[in-house]
Amino acid sequence: MATSPAVEGAAPPPRHRGAPRMSRGSARASWEAEMWRPTLRAALRAGGAGVGGCRNAGSDSGKAGSRVSAELIEHLERLALVDFRNREGVERLRAAIEFADRLRAVDTTGVAPMESVLEDRCLYLRADRVVEGNCVEDLLQNSRQTVEEYFVAPPGNITLPKQSEQDPVTQN
Amino acid sequence: MAAPVLRGARAVRCWSLGVGPRRTRALFAESVSGRGSRRSSAAAREPRPGAHEWAAVVGLEIHTQISSNSKLFSGSQVTFLAPPNSLVSFFDASLPGTLPVLNKRCVEAAVMTGLALNCTVNKKSLFDRKHYFYADLPAGYQITQQRLPIAVNGSLTYNLGGGTHWSPSATKTVRIKQIQLEQDSGKSLHDDTRSQTLIDLNRAGVGLMEVVMEPDMSCGDEAATAVRELQLILRTLGTSQANMAEGQLRVDANISVHHPGEPFGVRTEVKNLNSIRFLAKAIDYEIKRQIEELQNGGKILNETRAFDEKLGCTVSMRDKEGKQDYRFMPEPNLPPLILYDAESLPVAADPQQVVNIDWIRERLPELPSVTRQRLVEQYGILPEHSFALLNEDGLLEFFQNVVKETRTEPKKVIGWILTTFLGYLKQQNLAVSESPISPSLLAELLNLLDRKAISVPAAQQVFEELWHNKGKTPGQIIREKKLELLQNQEELEEICQAVLDKHPQEVTAVKKGNQKVVNKLIGLVRRATQGRADPGRIKQILEKQLQ
Repeated sequence: MATSPAVEGAAPPPRHRGAPRMSRGSARASWEAEMWRPTLRAALRAGGAGVGGCRNAGSDSGKAGSRVSAELIEHLERLALVDFRNREGVERLRAAIEFADRLRAVDTTGVAPMESVLEDRCLYLRADRVVEGNCVEDLLQNSRQTVEEYFVAPPGNITLPKQSEQDPVTQN
Repeated sequence: MAAPVLRGARAVRCWSLGVGPRRTRALFAESVSGRGSRRSSAAAREPRPGAHEWAAVVGLEIHTQISSNSKLFSGSQVTFLAPPNSLVSFFDASLPGTLPVLNKRCVEAAVMTGLALNCTVNKKSLFDRKHYFYADLPAGYQITQQRLPIAVNGSLTYNLGGGTHWSPSATKTVRIKQIQLEQDSGKSLHDDTRSQTLIDLNRAGVGLMEVVMEPDMSCGDEAATAVRELQLILRTLGTSQANMAEGQLRVDANISVHHPGEPFGVRTEVKNLNSIRFLAKAIDYEIKRQIEELQNGGKILNETRAFDEKLGCTVSMRDKEGKQDYRFMPEPNLPPLILYDAESLPVAADPQQVVNIDWIRERLPELPSVTRQRLVEQYGILPEHSFALLNEDGLLEFFQNVVKETRTEPKKVIGWILTTFLGYLKQQNLAVSESPISPSLLAELLNLLDRKAISVPAAQQVFEELWHNKGKTPGQIIREKKLELLQNQEELEEICQAVLDKHPQEVTAVKKGNQKVVNKLIGLVRRATQGRADPGRIKQILEKQLQ
């Protein structure tokens, strides 16, 4: 009964007849958790990343599975300019993803997302007057290299070396 | 929505059917029976059954700099030329501990633009962060409105005929997907010799409105006209000066081609367009390139291309990164932006803190399309004329000032303004504000013409004099150059008679019935009077004398 095949829109199986009535939300949540668990287990066994076990395909980091692929690491490194550097870093990443995945166990159907904890605040509107600026010297102080009041940067973006060119320790 | 099939009805620049280099003609021949004739480009023709047609689809993303005193989220000044990094506050430089504070003027500008483009203004809109790394984006992200922009679902109407051959059937509409507020990035100056980039953050943080147009256009001409109309609207509203040359208006075009009835093809994005003229050229080139590529069996890559003005073609911008992942996330430092209207206005509200959509709507200035219509009704001029009047900065005001001071009919004034006056301006590349002739001077000249004190050719001469020698009045010039019309009837008759006496063969020819010779005689009289006689009167007198 616990592992009945998932059917879209099916009613929760009547397993708790006579038991104290749970709220619809939590009954549904536990039913869906039951539904997804076999898929998750399969994913963990297969060790593949990007299993579609989640309801909503969200950001890249939302891919279920305990193995995080080399492409994903490379992609994340390029996006965030973070160096995962060694096996411990990758393991920490995997643990973080798994931790965040637990959010998906919560049923949020019909609930509007909260974009900001400030959503009840008033957005302050500033009058269109010039009150700042004119502090070139202060700003240039922060830059190691300047040329005639310009900041100096390398030409264009420097592409990160490909995974294969990196230290073999970082490879999965 | 099916893209319009290109028929080349407007033979000028709109792309037409299946044109390709000769070596690919075989492709067409096999699918169409009995067609051996050559195709010429850009001519209108009916689609034969089975003929391969191409439809192009063009969508635009337009960024305009908001005309305001200070930046979108900080109090630094917004102005065009200033020493590098002098208009930069700590927030613009992304120093830690700084927070964005929204500029009310920018919000009002976006609402005005949204209303002028028939958009639905969202009473609640949200700010997001769009992340990417580049040296001129110090924070590593740009604050924009991706999820819920300030205005959505509008439309822009434009007319393809414009000032030359305006017709109601050439009116088109493009849908506006959304208008959003976002930050501008700084400027990078590439120094290839020293292998470095110099960064100036004066422009970083300036408020931009991004206007996203749906892919409802099908060629360079349509896109250019739509952008031109948007420019006029923005300038009329005062929300942006929309000067492409100064970078206040930037256009990116998304272009793809497909066969009608089939899904849209892969699109490319063309950036780096500095003027409306290049916009049209770049789009037409890209359409042609894509058609040729596909006809030759190639594939179109979803890439970004730049327009090379000198070569007149688009070139690929080597994009090693592949598809960008911007990792959009809500801007945590800004609550939702709430706008109000007359109904929802809170009672004891601080007016500085409240943006009232209805209040702004009531104060919208007259939009160009309405003005054009009004001018046609008010002055009895043609739609082409009113279009041309609005197309040049300051020309409408000039025209109206002249009309005020002269008895001449507006229909006649418009001729002088659009042909003579504008012609002289264009020749010397001057703006209306730089004209050496003031509206009063021109009005004076037209009054003299109206009173028949001078003839039309004489008036042209006076105009030329006025243009090149400032400080003289028309009256002075006329007296100096003796351009007054000969009014004396007797004197005129004497001159006419003298000419007739000198040319007896022509007289006999006219009496025999050759009317064309009369024109020659009129010319002779005109020369004799040194252009100071009205040709109409000369004709009258001659005809009387020839009887």
